[in-house]
Amino acid sequence: MLQDKIQDVFNEPGCAANQAKSAKEKKKGCTKSLKPGAAAGGCAYDGAMIVLQPIADAAHLVHGPIACLGNAWDNRGTRSSGSQLYRTGFTTDLSELDVIGGGEKKLYRAIKEIVQQYDPPAVFVYQTCVPAMTGDDIGAVCKFAAKKLGKPVIPVDAPGFVGSKNLGNKLAGETLLDHVIGTVEPEYTTPTDVCIVGEYNLAGELWLVKPLLDEIGIRLLSCISGDGRYNEVAQAHRARVTMMVCSQALVNVGRKMEERYGIPYFEGSFYGVSDMSDTLRTMARMLVERGADKGLIDRAEGVIAREESRVWRRLEPYRPRFDGKRVLLFTGGVKSWSMVSALEGAGLTILGTSTKKSTPQDKERIKKMKGDEFHQWDDLKPREIYKMLAEDKADIMMSGGRSQFISLKAKVPWLDINQERHHAYAGYDGIVNLCEEIDKTLSNPIWRQVRLPAPWEPAPARSLLAAAE
Amino acid sequence: MSHIQRTTGQRFPNAAKAASTNPLKMSQPLGAALAYLGVDRCLPLFHGSQGCTAFGLVLLVRHFREAIPLQTTAMDQVSTILGGYDNLEQALRTIVERNNPAMIGVATTGVTETKGEDMGGQYSLFRQRNPDLAGTALVFANTPDFAGGFEEGFGKAVTAIVERLVEPSPTTVKTQLNVLAGSHLSPGDVEELRDIIESFGLSPIFLPDLSLSMSGRQPSDFTATSLGGVTVEQIRSMGASVATLVIGEHMRIAGAALELKTDVPSHFFSRLTGLEASDRLIRTLAEISGRPVAAKLRRQRESLVDGMLDGHFFYSRKRIAVALEPDLLYAVTSFLADMGAEVVAAVSPTQNAVLEKLKAATVMVGDHSDVETLARDADLIVSNSHGRQGAARLGVPLHRMGLPMFDRLGAGLKVSVGYRGTRELMFEIGNLFLSREMDHDAHPTPHGGDGHACGGGSCGCSAV
Repeated sequence: MLQDKIQDVFNEPGCAANQAKSAKEKKKGCTKSLKPGAAAGGCAYDGAMIVLQPIADAAHLVHGPIACLGNAWDNRGTRSSGSQLYRTGFTTDLSELDVIGGGEKKLYRAIKEIVQQYDPPAVFVYQTCVPAMTGDDIGAVCKFAAKKLGKPVIPVDAPGFVGSKNLGNKLAGETLLDHVIGTVEPEYTTPTDVCIVGEYNLAGELWLVKPLLDEIGIRLLSCISGDGRYNEVAQAHRARVTMMVCSQALVNVGRKMEERYGIPYFEGSFYGVSDMSDTLRTMARMLVERGADKGLIDRAEGVIAREESRVWRRLEPYRPRFDGKRVLLFTGGVKSWSMVSALEGAGLTILGTSTKKSTPQDKERIKKMKGDEFHQWDDLKPREIYKMLAEDKADIMMSGGRSQFISLKAKVPWLDINQERHHAYAGYDGIVNLCEEIDKTLSNPIWRQVRLPAPWEPAPARSLLAAAE
Repeated sequence: MSHIQRTTGQRFPNAAKAASTNPLKMSQPLGAALAYLGVDRCLPLFHGSQGCTAFGLVLLVRHFREAIPLQTTAMDQVSTILGGYDNLEQALRTIVERNNPAMIGVATTGVTETKGEDMGGQYSLFRQRNPDLAGTALVFANTPDFAGGFEEGFGKAVTAIVERLVEPSPTTVKTQLNVLAGSHLSPGDVEELRDIIESFGLSPIFLPDLSLSMSGRQPSDFTATSLGGVTVEQIRSMGASVATLVIGEHMRIAGAALELKTDVPSHFFSRLTGLEASDRLIRTLAEISGRPVAAKLRRQRESLVDGMLDGHFFYSRKRIAVALEPDLLYAVTSFLADMGAEVVAAVSPTQNAVLEKLKAATVMVGDHSDVETLARDADLIVSNSHGRQGAARLGVPLHRMGLPMFDRLGAGLKVSVGYRGTRELMFEIGNLFLSREMDHDAHPTPHGGDGHACGGGSCGCSAV
């Protein structure tokens, strides 16, 4: 059952990388097998949680021993404008006796308690490795509970050991397609209803974008899943257009919504000025193609023109300050691409980026855009990054939290651009926020101080001392 | 199955619910990883799915704000069913080739324990098949996620290190002292203890020594293993020490193993926070060393006594709810009781013998949602950073202790042991009460006037 699902996901025709593969390669899946002793990154369950947990008014119950939730809850920056129930961690906390005797009854009781105490519109139940091994049938328990309790109880079958975080993202998407999307009808629909897939409202980023949509007259019917509400997600099938944000992770959702409900989709990004404008433009154009009022395009162009001139004006003060500053950019792939042009527009020099998660087409695109000079690192080891930074080959590193200490221990400025970040970088305002954060850290006076030799170390050369004064 | 928990005497009530809500408990392997991180040039390795490692890693990074070396055997579905030895062997070999650590500390997880991997057998098999890696110390601990918790896992890793590495010694070094430092001691606490012990002319060997690895290091080069900590050589030489201090209930088994193996006499301390508890430590050290107590410690004691006199006004009959790992829970509730406060609720993540000694109106095994229920009328909650959501809902101030503490800087460097540490903790908590009492507007009296809780005088303000 789960294996069929995984094979189905591996077969995804909407995935550009997949189209180039032979049948045998497809079957092997898209993730490189993990090397014991040299692996990093989350598991499939982690990936499923990332996609679904932003549905803020639902209860998220983890069926497993304490590690899966106890070590991991309350650690993401996804924000909600209403219900905070998603921040409450629920787990069946399986004990030795549950492992031996089975945890299905406990799971049912847990679901019942949650429904009685919190009355959420739905409960998501996450399968984990241990009950998957002992054979707890969460699908059956959820079905039974839904019937008994009169509420959607949704099994998320993505135990950690089936694969990577990326696979978990996709399995969560399948869960929504199978159990959620299409189960609730909206009160009313409009010709400008859109669904955004793969936007998690980290640090409140969606709120930098949504006012622009409102202004243009585009209604955000459903967001999967940032600042999400269960019923809104369940109405996604009535959208006129789907936008895929992080296309690699949830491409299956966009394509299958097209297949099932005839909703066209496009890949867009909210990061960077030109990408943001392209996204608004495409969204308006596709809505008009599907029958929305033609005035939508003009309104979109009006907003784009105003916001673009405003953002470039706001970025102008950073240009002289960023002149000659070299950036190492390490992110998951696609999203960094949209940031590069904006950062360069603000005067920064991007030295290179990691392309570990990029497809061959992506790499070709980067080469075309940036030329051969530009570095594309496939598998750069932490030690090598540290060396580059310590040898003063870059002025700042931008990456996810996992690699922050490579930079900080080399006493080189670092900026978090991943999912634990505290600042919103999406939209036009977001790119200004990003430049402000870069400027703040680059101009902080600590960098000179922390590089000073200790009193017991040999005195620095005269010129250095003078520079330090 | 060696990992089945000892059940001792009384069992405290569990919340009678199936859904643990806002868990207080963390897993055994995570505790084991922290213990291993107190060994120099060590790389902890989780025998399980890669997610087990990723979550644990993120939690420790957020708490310590330090690079955390932690690896995984990356078990997938197939290896889980067929057996994990190949993954384990490959992981150990890869780690040695890439990072050449002095020690690899392996902790099993729920995945490998459900399968029932025979770790003893796998150790022997690995050593047999890989004689070229004889120079790397290897320690295995059985730490299933579905039993025990953070403290138990920490204890098991320390016990495993003792059993695998410590050797009996024919000679005794009169100035060498072992300290089995439980997980309730922060790196800052360990540093404080080193200071105290060295003032008696003794050289302590801490197992583990987080003060050297987790208190903020600036490496001269990139390192993928722990940087600093007790060395494997020092651990091997623990048999030559004059005595062992065992700190915390969850270090008892390790302490017993060490004494059994080396005949070094041990002294047990259930806590080191509080005046009397600190007095006992100082008396013991004076006896072991035969040296007088240093002037610095005498001044610190005087200052603590004086601080208790100044501070007791604000502690008397304060109602406090505490939710922490068992040994820290014991240390903190005892200290609060010492100061005249009432512990209305003590919540532990796991059943533990130490709970029998707690002085609290309610003692239970539960989670943060239980704390939220029990702390409705409390003046203060003491817990880790996860307690902040519930404390905010109740409008009760939260004093953060334990792990994880991801919304405070310097979480690992807090000191709450010895005279100085007790004084710091007493002032910090006392200031929370004091600031509430000085906050005239926030607490109007029944008369509606500008109420004042201190009654004038004790808080230093001039209100009547």
